[in-house]
Amino acid sequence: MKMKSTLAVLSTAAVLGISELAQAGATLDAVKSKGFVQCGISDGLPGFSYADAEGQYKGIDVDVCRAVAAAVFGDASKVKYSPLTAKERFTALQSGEVDMLSRNTTWTSSRDAAMGLNFTGVTYYDGQGFLVNKELGVKSAKELDGATVCIQAGTTTELNLSDYFRANNLKYTPITYDTSDESAKSLESGRCDVLTSDQSQLYAQRIKLADPDAYVVLPEVISKEPLGPAVRQGDEEWFDIVRWSLFAMLNAEELGVDSSNVEETAKSTKNPDVARLLGAEGEYGKDLKLPKDWAVQIVKQVGNYGEIFERNIGSGSELKIERGLNALWTNGGLQYAPPVR
Amino acid sequence: MTSHTFKPDLPPPSTSVGALGWARANLFSSWYNTLLTLLGLYLVWLIVPPLVDWALLKADWSGSTRADCTREGACWVFIQTRFAQFMYGFYPAELRWRVDLAAILAIVGAAPLFLKAMPHKVRYGIGYLIAYPLLAYWLLHGGFLGLDTVPTTQWGGLMLTIVIAAVGIAGALPLGIVLALGRRSDMPAIRVICVTFIEFWRGVPLITVLFMSSVMLPLFLPEQMNLDKLLRAMLMVVFFEAAYVAEVVRGGLQAIPKGQYEAAAAMGLGYWRSMVLVILPQALKLVIPGLVNTFIALFKDTSLVIIIGLFDFLNSIKRATTDPAWLGMSTEGYVFAALVYWIFCFGMSRYSMHLERKLDTGHKR
Repeated sequence: MKMKSTLAVLSTAAVLGISELAQAGATLDAVKSKGFVQCGISDGLPGFSYADAEGQYKGIDVDVCRAVAAAVFGDASKVKYSPLTAKERFTALQSGEVDMLSRNTTWTSSRDAAMGLNFTGVTYYDGQGFLVNKELGVKSAKELDGATVCIQAGTTTELNLSDYFRANNLKYTPITYDTSDESAKSLESGRCDVLTSDQSQLYAQRIKLADPDAYVVLPEVISKEPLGPAVRQGDEEWFDIVRWSLFAMLNAEELGVDSSNVEETAKSTKNPDVARLLGAEGEYGKDLKLPKDWAVQIVKQVGNYGEIFERNIGSGSELKIERGLNALWTNGGLQYAPPVR
Repeated sequence: MTSHTFKPDLPPPSTSVGALGWARANLFSSWYNTLLTLLGLYLVWLIVPPLVDWALLKADWSGSTRADCTREGACWVFIQTRFAQFMYGFYPAELRWRVDLAAILAIVGAAPLFLKAMPHKVRYGIGYLIAYPLLAYWLLHGGFLGLDTVPTTQWGGLMLTIVIAAVGIAGALPLGIVLALGRRSDMPAIRVICVTFIEFWRGVPLITVLFMSSVMLPLFLPEQMNLDKLLRAMLMVVFFEAAYVAEVVRGGLQAIPKGQYEAAAAMGLGYWRSMVLVILPQALKLVIPGLVNTFIALFKDTSLVIIIGLFDFLNSIKRATTDPAWLGMSTEGYVFAALVYWIFCFGMSRYSMHLERKLDTGHKR
């Protein structure tokens, strides 16, 4: 009996604790009072979040965290990072250990609805692809009939592959590996003809090979993997801040504002769209409970979307991933941000 | 008178002495031993030359970027450029002297314990065991007496591995001894508590325990009460290993003949004094191999903290292999990790052999 009442008190406390977390505005206040954004990132993914030789976290996921800090504090360095494993990430967010999650997490209905979190946008449109040896002379995945395919263990990868080959009436032999290093070695030694994984990973896999130029990533993408930042459900104010930090970077690229010209543009611009984004016109920062120059700080300290893409995973990096789906909608891609207005 | 002199002994047949004799006796004594020897030699020939070729002859030793490596052999440049990170994690570079100092003090402080003629050795040892952890906490973590705080989130590398293992050993040994005594206690309440504790912790895998501590626990704690992740992990390691130590020590206690207990009682010694002065010194000596076995396992088990996102030695290496500037260096990283782990574990096992010989007071004939 006594045991039961203790349990009841405990569970009430737990529920109260969680509902307290979910109060609108609570996260922003907490972040402001502690003076930094606690950001959950990956425990190591080339180009997305990794540590360089000086021990600084880098990558496109890390830059999203920095953008939020720049918007809130005007200082992109006010972030503390929590490297999280795939298993820990949602609990860390739910329990309040981190304020936001920016960790190559695919936006799916079950995660959005059932896990108590909200995805704020898409930083990278990923999808499962194929890496093949050029000698094979294959130009499209449809020509892969009878191929031996290396897969990294992971249920969706295997499922997507079998779905795709069955839908196209192709035969294949799968070889499953546990780590990306093993599958890369296997492709190199010729044990399999083709390697399948998320496209963002394939470029990293290719660098691991002794002769990366002998291999090519096929154009087909056989699954949708939109990766984006997520926040706890129930705090719309914080949700908006994280969402619009990303949108500000996208809008900046679309309007031709980058880290080198942003301060000058903010003063001299005649374009009303740019003026609204950069706070020269209207009070749009205030609506978000952010300083007037929030977007200026993001672009100045972190960069626009194109800059962070090229620097971390695009032409300015070792990975050399093409913009593809991640080009702006004006260039035939999917990246589109609502206007600041 | 005939003097009787023996002829000098003939030398043993040349096939039974020297290298040849040894090989004959040990490697080619029968047809299947010969077969196994040849098979072994073939395997060595298959493995060693390419390994030496890769690790030494064709390896690249100097440079600063990935491009400095020809990739024909191992690229040790990777280990060189990341060496500090593998040792200290993200511990601020200008404060790393604190880690070094803590390590030096650990060795220098423990050195007198190994001297044969050292007065008040036991008192010194107890003092050291109490004072050093406080000193190490002050040096590594800081936050008072003039040292800046270095939060545990910045700890990493080999330093973190050793901290977890040392705390695990230092915590698990006393707790384990107490549990072992408790399990053999005449008092039912104490016995039940100890048996439950031991069987619970032995019944769950360490990886599950770590995972629970990192994933489930935060959900039940209020938001402000964020227990340090490393502290949680260390507590779990201590409890887990204490259960194993308890069973090892219990084995030693059971091996002591009943006469020893009775003799101690006949001398008028109470429970604690008979345990500390008579039973435990004998029992612990008996179980040195088992204890060291547990501690070696503990040292290697620390690498399981990888699943809760702590960057110990192995995970630091893994993290470095995801830097786009150094992709494809995982083989070098893991070989280096294996070497370091081996050095530590081999060292521990040699030390335990030395201890056994030193404390051997007549059980062996």
